[in-house]
Amino acid sequence: MLSLIARRLLAAIPSVLGIVVVTFVLTRALPGDPAAYYAGPAATAEAVEQIRVKLGLDQPLWRQFLDYAGDLARGDLGLSVSTGQPVSEELLRRLPASLEITLLGLLLAGAIALPLGILAATRPNSWIDHACRLVTTLGVSLPIFFTGLLLAYVFYYLLGWAPPPVGRLDSLYSPPPHWTGFYLIDSLIARDGRVFLSAAGQMVLPVITLALFVLAPIARMTRASMLGVLSSDFVRTARASGLTPATVLYRYAFRNAMLPVLTTLGMVFSFLLGSNVVIEKVFAWPGVGSYAVDALIQSDYAPVQGFVLVMALLFVAINLLIDVLYTVIDPRVSIES
Amino acid sequence: MSAPLIADADHPVPLLDVQSLGVEFQTRSGTVRAIQDVSLSVRRGETVGVVGESGSGKSVLFYSVLGILDAAGRVTGGRAVFGGLDLTAASPSELAELRGREAAMIFQNPRAALNPIRKVGRQIEDVLARHTSTPSAQLRARAIEALAAVRIPDPERRYHAYPFELSGGLCQRVMIALSLACSPSLLIADEPTTGLDVTTQAAVMDLIRELATRRRMATVLITHDLGLAADYCDRIVVMHAGHVVETAPTAQLFAKPRHPYTARLVATTPHGAQSLSALAAIPGNLPDLRRADLPNCRFSERCDRKEAACVSEPLTTTEFEAGHRVACRRPL
Repeated sequence: MLSLIARRLLAAIPSVLGIVVVTFVLTRALPGDPAAYYAGPAATAEAVEQIRVKLGLDQPLWRQFLDYAGDLARGDLGLSVSTGQPVSEELLRRLPASLEITLLGLLLAGAIALPLGILAATRPNSWIDHACRLVTTLGVSLPIFFTGLLLAYVFYYLLGWAPPPVGRLDSLYSPPPHWTGFYLIDSLIARDGRVFLSAAGQMVLPVITLALFVLAPIARMTRASMLGVLSSDFVRTARASGLTPATVLYRYAFRNAMLPVLTTLGMVFSFLLGSNVVIEKVFAWPGVGSYAVDALIQSDYAPVQGFVLVMALLFVAINLLIDVLYTVIDPRVSIES
Repeated sequence: MSAPLIADADHPVPLLDVQSLGVEFQTRSGTVRAIQDVSLSVRRGETVGVVGESGSGKSVLFYSVLGILDAAGRVTGGRAVFGGLDLTAASPSELAELRGREAAMIFQNPRAALNPIRKVGRQIEDVLARHTSTPSAQLRARAIEALAAVRIPDPERRYHAYPFELSGGLCQRVMIALSLACSPSLLIADEPTTGLDVTTQAAVMDLIRELATRRRMATVLITHDLGLAADYCDRIVVMHAGHVVETAPTAQLFAKPRHPYTARLVATTPHGAQSLSALAAIPGNLPDLRRADLPNCRFSERCDRKEAACVSEPLTTTEFEAGHRVACRRPL
């Protein structure tokens, strides 16, 4: 198992290096001149040129890249020009906010989609099967920013059930002392029930939005995978041996059906990370996604590069986790790899 | 658990008695009348071959008897009495109690028939835990015993194997161990040697026969291979398109087949002395069982002895000698 993890980590190095190069080139290729942007509309040509030199943007591209790569190797992601803060610090501060809603969204989606898919597969053409089909169709046809805005409009503006979409906490409260950066966990550590409730309340709408977005692929894959496994020979054997329906369903069918579902979970986690960019804007969430969008608009290279790099590392970590889970569930995998 | 004390082929009450059983499948393209008016019996300790082409309904017949038809299929009539219990009237949980404990089934393609991600020993334990009161501390020892009983070499090690680590023949031995773990009185072997190589086929069949004899267990051998049935069965039931067309003791069936279909089947079965050119194919295919205008004798469209009454009049079954029954108006 350890050697598998080591092998996968080694195999990830080229893709991470590739991402470093591609993000560097892409941010440079974007329209907009950061020097002109920061000098302001009234600046003279000399002032703009001074800023350009200060930012190092007068250097040839390969020089800039070597500087960037050298900083990276020392763990330095550079400074954000717009905020003046080190990018790595800000990403670290904001990452828990993004991960908190992403993980909860994935958890909620799984908690609904897995039973839904299983029930739909075990009762084909029942009302639950039709419900499953409806949910999956809606899920893929509604864009995430639309769902987010719709939920905020209905549950905050019209009904007043949800708190205003102003970020992680109601302005009455101050954040709990920092332990993990996850407000739900930190407020529990601080034994502050009111902050916990406020943080949870703020999270409800973004988490539901994210969950709705990925419900569809998980439920559809669970249903399809369960249908396939339930008609397989070994489930017939299990039934022919008189095993109870519960044993057949969970110990025989479900564990086998989980394999493709696991792959889907890894995939939708990437979707979720990507959609954070939009969702955090809709709900004024101070996560890495909104940070990256703001930086992008201001041609602030370092935060964008840092953001993409962090996302890439998260992808690598998630894929590694999926692979490890695969080997735990499926004995055939470790032999084949 | 309830293995009979004596193997008694002349026992008056058969172990399994199927009477006029009918099975239909609802499909998108119509109702498939897969089994119609099928009767057969299996006595304690005997081996009965159920022979027919693919699609003749021989597997479906026993799936319906054991209650493992898929959701689209249902029993439309008749009875299947097993050890005094009418299985067609039994509840799903009664049937599940009985499967694996009193009546077990093994399948073709043994590697696919075992859970690919569960140790084979654990799969045997699942059956033991379901049907016996074995304390959980002893389950493993019992599972290893079951593997040893089917002469799997090094059963302690094989207990931990996954199906993909075993050969097809070993997988079928595991299947047999699994199905016989609770000492059922009836074993239904559904094409047990299909997908195995020829030497393994013989070894598996010999093992089944030996275990059946030692445990005084009745065996049903479902196969399309008349030669295999001839080697291992006391009696043979020939099925065609969901009907039983002929039932006879093995020697008699080969010596004097009465139904035209059986006669053709026997003629298509290679024997040592025959040349290839003497083998005859049976013309035509099985009729489409969704048709509304199915003839009463479902073989009539392939039969060169057919007369008008075969299509229009109900099928009748005639008993020639004791135990030799033929469903044909113009038997040979």
